[in-house]
Amino acid sequence: MSTVGLNGYLAVAAVLFVCGVICMATKRNGIGVLMGGELVLNGANINFVAFSKYGTLGLDGQIASLFVIVLAAAEAAVALAIALNFYNNHLTIDVDRADELKG
Amino acid sequence: MTPAVVGTTISEYLQQADWGPLPLDAQWAVAVAAIIHIALLGAFFGLPAFVFIWAERKVSDRIQDRLGPTRVGGKFGWLQSLADGIKLIQKEDLAPEAADKMLFRVAPYIVVIASFAAFLVLPFSDGWTALALDAGLFIALALLSLEVLGIILAGYSSGSKWSLFGGMREAAQMVSYEIPLGLTAVIPVTIAGSMNLGEIGALQRGWFVNWFVFRDPFTFLAFFVFFTVTLASNKRAPFDLAEAESELVGGFHTEYSGMRWSFFFLAEYASMWFVSALAVILFLGGWWTGLGSLDAAIANNIHGFAAQLLGFVVLTTKAGILVCVQIWIRWTLPRLRIDQVMMTCLKYLVPISCALFLGAVIWSLVLPGRVFFGTQPGLGERAVFVVAQGDATDSSGLAVAPSADATRVATVVAESEGVQ
Amino acid sequence: MELFLFGLFALGAAGGALAVVFSQNVVRMAFYLVISLGCTAGLFFMLGADFVGATQLLIYVGGTVVLLIFGVMLTATGPYLSIRTSSGDLIQAVVVGGAFLAMLILTVMQVDWSGYSAKLAAAHGASSMERAGYTDPADGNTSRSLGLALLGTRPDQDLGSERAGELSTGYLLPFEIVSVHLLVVLVGAAYLARAKRKLTRVET
Repeated sequence: MSTVGLNGYLAVAAVLFVCGVICMATKRNGIGVLMGGELVLNGANINFVAFSKYGTLGLDGQIASLFVIVLAAAEAAVALAIALNFYNNHLTIDVDRADELKG
Repeated sequence: MTPAVVGTTISEYLQQADWGPLPLDAQWAVAVAAIIHIALLGAFFGLPAFVFIWAERKVSDRIQDRLGPTRVGGKFGWLQSLADGIKLIQKEDLAPEAADKMLFRVAPYIVVIASFAAFLVLPFSDGWTALALDAGLFIALALLSLEVLGIILAGYSSGSKWSLFGGMREAAQMVSYEIPLGLTAVIPVTIAGSMNLGEIGALQRGWFVNWFVFRDPFTFLAFFVFFTVTLASNKRAPFDLAEAESELVGGFHTEYSGMRWSFFFLAEYASMWFVSALAVILFLGGWWTGLGSLDAAIANNIHGFAAQLLGFVVLTTKAGILVCVQIWIRWTLPRLRIDQVMMTCLKYLVPISCALFLGAVIWSLVLPGRVFFGTQPGLGERAVFVVAQGDATDSSGLAVAPSADATRVATVVAESEGVQ
Repeated sequence: MELFLFGLFALGAAGGALAVVFSQNVVRMAFYLVISLGCTAGLFFMLGADFVGATQLLIYVGGTVVLLIFGVMLTATGPYLSIRTSSGDLIQAVVVGGAFLAMLILTVMQVDWSGYSAKLAAAHGASSMERAGYTDPADGNTSRSLGLALLGTRPDQDLGSERAGELSTGYLLPFEIVSVHLLVVLVGAAYLARAKRKLTRVET
């Protein structure tokens, strides 16, 4: 085939999503976890835009991905503020140390 | 890719001509056209650095009452940049022991890539754009914002505290100044109704009173704010803390030597020229000379390639003048401290640019058309959106459908021809 | 040509993501994230979403990653800090992730997408892209349409529509909500991250 169909883009998005999930699950550095979250959102974005072109979404897919980008940036800002507070209180960014609520 | 070279685009020409290996397949024609564009842009990319490094040394030396380069290439030292380039190429490629080698090597490339990619959407003349995209200005601003990343990586990966401080200060400065940059760059977009830089330039045809800078007082002030903000975002004095030689040794590029160091400056001078060209296209009339009768005479007598070349020369000259103003400012004003830089941005320039944006938009609503210097043909119409029902098509005067863009610009051009 | 470009960007995006997972140095992770996000923007440009691609570059690469790198530097207790995940955890996660990925891709490959869109079109009418009188947004000129949709009007759906008198809703309300949301986030993050007295390090 001389043109890439929907499947190619969905596969790439799936890879990004799964890598993001693995990052969120395994990284001990809090900032690493945030990066995993960004990868997950990017995977979803690729899906939105791919369906906007190849499926029936049309413009709605692109608008949805715009909102996702904006909200992801906002979420990264707040998450980073939380991470900085965590660092100030524990002097480490290792999320395995956040076990004070463990019961 | 839609650049017009004497009426047809390069890829179309490659598919229709009939000599040698031509005509080519559609895909290969687009690929070859892309390579030609990249080669032209790449050749052009080094020229601002070449010319303006020499210009900087000459202008600064005159301001400081000394002579500057006078030996290489004749009495005025015109080939000094070439000599500098040769010297830098043959230097040893060092990296400090404590540096993160991969990131240290990659950082200059990111800065150059970001700076070069922005040239793709710049119209060098009427119809001479590598990528005439609908969101051209937005893409240019997005690519310019990628330079910060290279600076931060350079500062962090050098493994030295001077670099780290310089890199952090620089990142904070460049990222903060993107806000007023976006706000002031949007003002000409609201006037022109399009983010396509070619369209924005084309709408300023005619006498120089058609230039957007003279449209209303808010846009006039917006030009100066835009210019100041681009000074900051190019880390030029008085905002050049990142390279403050008297404070930080070299800032983020302390540990760099040879070609890698020169990449930072290649990108900086190319960006300086690029944002000056952007200011010219957004505010100062683009590639039109600003003398209506001269433009009309050119359009009537010289056609095709020569007229476009003339537009290219005009654009380059205007952008060059703005770059010389940047150099002049550098060697005249003292450097600001980092807290003064951030305060200028966040406490002064952001509210000012918000107010200018609001003012420009309200002015256009309350006083449509043009108040000073008489009515400008074409821009007085507002795009009225009508939701047609039944079987209306886009030929019912809907100026907002994308396929009507070409007709709208053509109408503007035709009307301005009619007035003159 | 399109295949070649897609392969390049897909490899960059997927490779960058994998490198983020397997890298142990957090600054390098940020760099690989930049590569991945940049190639994603390239994929957006290939899908004809110019405005979205530019937004991705401006906000994600030029903003979010810069933010993350600042965060890295403010929280590093030593140069190039790397906190290692134990290999057992990593292998477990990769196995589960790999299984999940296989499931996703197999599911996606088995759907007949073209037949599906034909069925949807037959059931609900042609999509916006096939409506007469409107330029296909897939050729990249989406800025005006996106702007108008965010203002609450949908010319791509209402132009040439047979449903007289019925206008589609746009995205004005979400746009306003997101604006307020961003303001709240700005104030909140600034408050959360304000300079406070830090615990002094105790050498043990």
